[in-house]
Amino acid sequence: MRVANGGARIDRSKTIGFTFDGRMLTGHPGDTLASALLAKGIHFVARSFKYHRPRGIVSAGCEEPNALVTIGTGALAEPNTRATMVELYDGLVARSQNAWPSLDFDLGALTGVASRFFPAGFYYKMFLGSAWRWTKVYEPFIRRMAGLGPAPTAPDPDIYDKMHAHCKTLVVGGGTAGRTAALAALSDGRVILIDENVPDAWIEGVRYLSRTTAFGRYDGSLVMAVERLTDHLPLAERSGPRQRLWQIRANKIVLATGAHQQPLVFPNNDLPGIMLASAALAYLRDYAVLVGRRIVIIGDTDGVEELREAGAEVVQLDSAAAAHGRKRVTAVTDSQGRRYACDAVLMAGGWQPAVHLHSHVNGKVIFDSSRHCFVPVADDDQPESVGACAGDLPVCAPIAPVVGAKAFIDYQNDVTIADIDLATREGFVSVEHLKRYTTTGMATDQGKLSNLNALNRLADNLASEPGEVGTTTFRPPYTPVTFGTLAGHDRNLFIDPTRVTPMHDWHVAQGAVFEDVGQWKRPRFYPQPGEDMHSAVLREGRAVRHGVGMLDVSTLGKIDIQGPDSAAFLNLVYTNAWTKLEVGRCRYGVMLGEDGMVLDDGVTARIGDNRFIMFTTTGNAARVLDHMEDYLQTEWPHLKVWLNSVTEHWSAAAVTGPRTRDMLSGIVDDIDLSNEAFPHLSWRTGKVAGYTVRLYRISFTGELSYEVHCDARHAPMIWDALFAAGQPFNVTPYGTEAMHVLRAEKGYIIIGQETDGTVGPDDLGLSWAISKSKSDFIGKRSLMRPDMQRPDRRQMVGLLPDAIVSEGAQITASDTDTDMLGHVTSSYWSPADDRPFALALVAAGRSRIGHTVYARFGDRAVHCIIVDPVFYDPEGEHLNG
Amino acid sequence: MLIIPCPHCGPRDQIEFRSGGEGDRARAVNPSALNDGELAEFLFLRRNTKGPHRERWNHAAGCGKWFTLTRDTRTHRFIT
Repeated sequence: MRVANGGARIDRSKTIGFTFDGRMLTGHPGDTLASALLAKGIHFVARSFKYHRPRGIVSAGCEEPNALVTIGTGALAEPNTRATMVELYDGLVARSQNAWPSLDFDLGALTGVASRFFPAGFYYKMFLGSAWRWTKVYEPFIRRMAGLGPAPTAPDPDIYDKMHAHCKTLVVGGGTAGRTAALAALSDGRVILIDENVPDAWIEGVRYLSRTTAFGRYDGSLVMAVERLTDHLPLAERSGPRQRLWQIRANKIVLATGAHQQPLVFPNNDLPGIMLASAALAYLRDYAVLVGRRIVIIGDTDGVEELREAGAEVVQLDSAAAAHGRKRVTAVTDSQGRRYACDAVLMAGGWQPAVHLHSHVNGKVIFDSSRHCFVPVADDDQPESVGACAGDLPVCAPIAPVVGAKAFIDYQNDVTIADIDLATREGFVSVEHLKRYTTTGMATDQGKLSNLNALNRLADNLASEPGEVGTTTFRPPYTPVTFGTLAGHDRNLFIDPTRVTPMHDWHVAQGAVFEDVGQWKRPRFYPQPGEDMHSAVLREGRAVRHGVGMLDVSTLGKIDIQGPDSAAFLNLVYTNAWTKLEVGRCRYGVMLGEDGMVLDDGVTARIGDNRFIMFTTTGNAARVLDHMEDYLQTEWPHLKVWLNSVTEHWSAAAVTGPRTRDMLSGIVDDIDLSNEAFPHLSWRTGKVAGYTVRLYRISFTGELSYEVHCDARHAPMIWDALFAAGQPFNVTPYGTEAMHVLRAEKGYIIIGQETDGTVGPDDLGLSWAISKSKSDFIGKRSLMRPDMQRPDRRQMVGLLPDAIVSEGAQITASDTDTDMLGHVTSSYWSPADDRPFALALVAAGRSRIGHTVYARFGDRAVHCIIVDPVFYDPEGEHLNG
Repeated sequence: MLIIPCPHCGPRDQIEFRSGGEGDRARAVNPSALNDGELAEFLFLRRNTKGPHRERWNHAAGCGKWFTLTRDTRTHRFIT
């Protein structure tokens, strides 16, 4: 109840309204939700995780394990919020969690009745049987019964910000020790002080981050903190970012994070009304709230007179044997069996320094046996800890735990002392095993009020010392952080840049369906009215095979290679020979890693004696450039070669099909397009619509094909001119899907589809591209490894399946066999032959041509015949015409 | 998040760099002369030192240079 005494933080002259579980209540500015509820005599605010036991407010700070509520409604609802940390505002809506149909009458409490069947680790022993029982019965049941609050289902509409800061000294903690350290550090340079609350006094010259929690410390003297900007305001007054993530690099860090008083362990120590003695005093001093009229204090504490002056009867005991009550504590019995009626019990146990930030980066702790807690070990490599968190605490004698039913160690995860003892009996004697088997210390409060008691009990059970037993590792975050804060503005479209070609708007206007290739948006197909992907791709593919098609290939990686040693360098990075390639010609190259596996493939053209342009797979461009740059800097710095990415400088359109020459002769100036003057795998310079273009005669479809490359700034005009010139020939725009199908009909590989880092050049039938005369190239030696010479290596073959098969389908010799011979790498419907076909990697595949195998996926087994991987025009007549 | 001392640009946030694995390993001048064991060691074996570890870093979002530093894998401190 609210009393006249104390109330340093509240403004009694104003009243604000809030609701809890639909009940309208009032409080004062400065209250927390917890203090306002206690002011109304409301202790029972939650049901526990597993047993659904009535729970009350235990603490007055961030270590609160029990009073978890949902604040707000709809998309703004935030579950599992500690009521002790919620600043009350007008119109606040709070609801209890994990209780149905109501907090007071909760059917989930039946688990409490059957609790002897649900000790720690019960799920390892109880839910046995077939898999369907887990998915259909056990899991849904457990998910409904065990609980925290439900998450909102709508996207978080709030804005979150991020800031970086650098300072000479960072002080974490705004109490006496922190303020003293901040003041002393001012003469050194810039000081930032992080305070969980709003300070009542400000030190001039210190940069304050108030309503801010430092939740993690990381390498490089980095501390991350969350600043709460609007959570304390009524909804109508909120604007701007809700929270701000701070990333602070400090020359020196001082930790003044305080300490947490620990609960005492005895039967029913979790009843509403039983709380930490220091919390009860905080409620009186800061919020003018007296937590009970008839108070029993277990242990030694100050403030007894203050409680009496505020109007409470106070009894002090050295220890308690058990507490009694149902939805509120009503009595305590001592070790002699004497019964004391009460409505509040204060646990005056020992304190545990908040060593989390110290421990996050290898900070060690040591057990202080006179204070019976773990304190940080000072180290030059670690931040300085001051005040209570350094162990500056009164010496005390520990109060022994009392074993009995429902004597809780970890409130939030419903772990009792019996569970700790069970774990020890079952052999889980390492502190790491104890934690995971019982789940003590694993809840959202991360063991702030349970770790020490758990370790003490384990040490007792092993006849050891807590210092010997040790602690588990503390990891960030110190308190829960909402995902929105970590994401900041990196959401939706800002997660990754989107790269588009200069023709993007044209593709959109044509109704293209796009696919993501890395960060690029590429047209996948252009559906006409009534078409789905299958019919669109068939139409596009047939147009290319019988007429002419256009594909935007601007996304291809392009690397400019210059220098007198360019050819020598290409000889080292590619498997084939480059010295004799003439200016004006192009060559297909295969690039291996040092382990002999195929890294990339593509065409490189010689632009001048000392200049080449290398084309790479779209998704591999950066990786190939990095690979080459690495070698030039670290292995072959004597080579005079310079590399530059020109991927975005050049745009390109692939024009391909039997009618290509007819279409281009009308629009391309200054180039003789005849086969004799412009053979396959060469390039020429000319003009389209007045703009300079370079035509490369390269084909990825197996048809007569030219890539028209231009300055990216001219690309939309050139594309339009080409498209107009193609109208008499019914030029068909086609997308990446048709591109994939057409190349597969020719047995051309795609990096990442037919390759996965374990596939070598001979596996792909590319031995013809491996030079026998070069003394060295990357991967050459590895091709001689015994594993690369195995006759049963998986080799690329074609498949003629009876029906479409899934990419990734496993290949077996019969429809029931389980030995995997290989897998399907690409699978499509052939526009040329109007039937399904596929490419696959199969053990000793080339020697199995003509054999039958089965493609297995799901519960299907599709009959296939192994064939040569070139399905269309194996003589290359279309290509070279 | 480490602060990495780029020899060319000074101390920078780890996010600007790409790791290049163990350092002080040179590709053989004549790889064809390696026997299978030496090749396997070059390709696959690393010291994985607990303590001062020689490692390569590339300042990908900065000067673009590769360099080798020593980092203690126990404390993550760079040793200069």
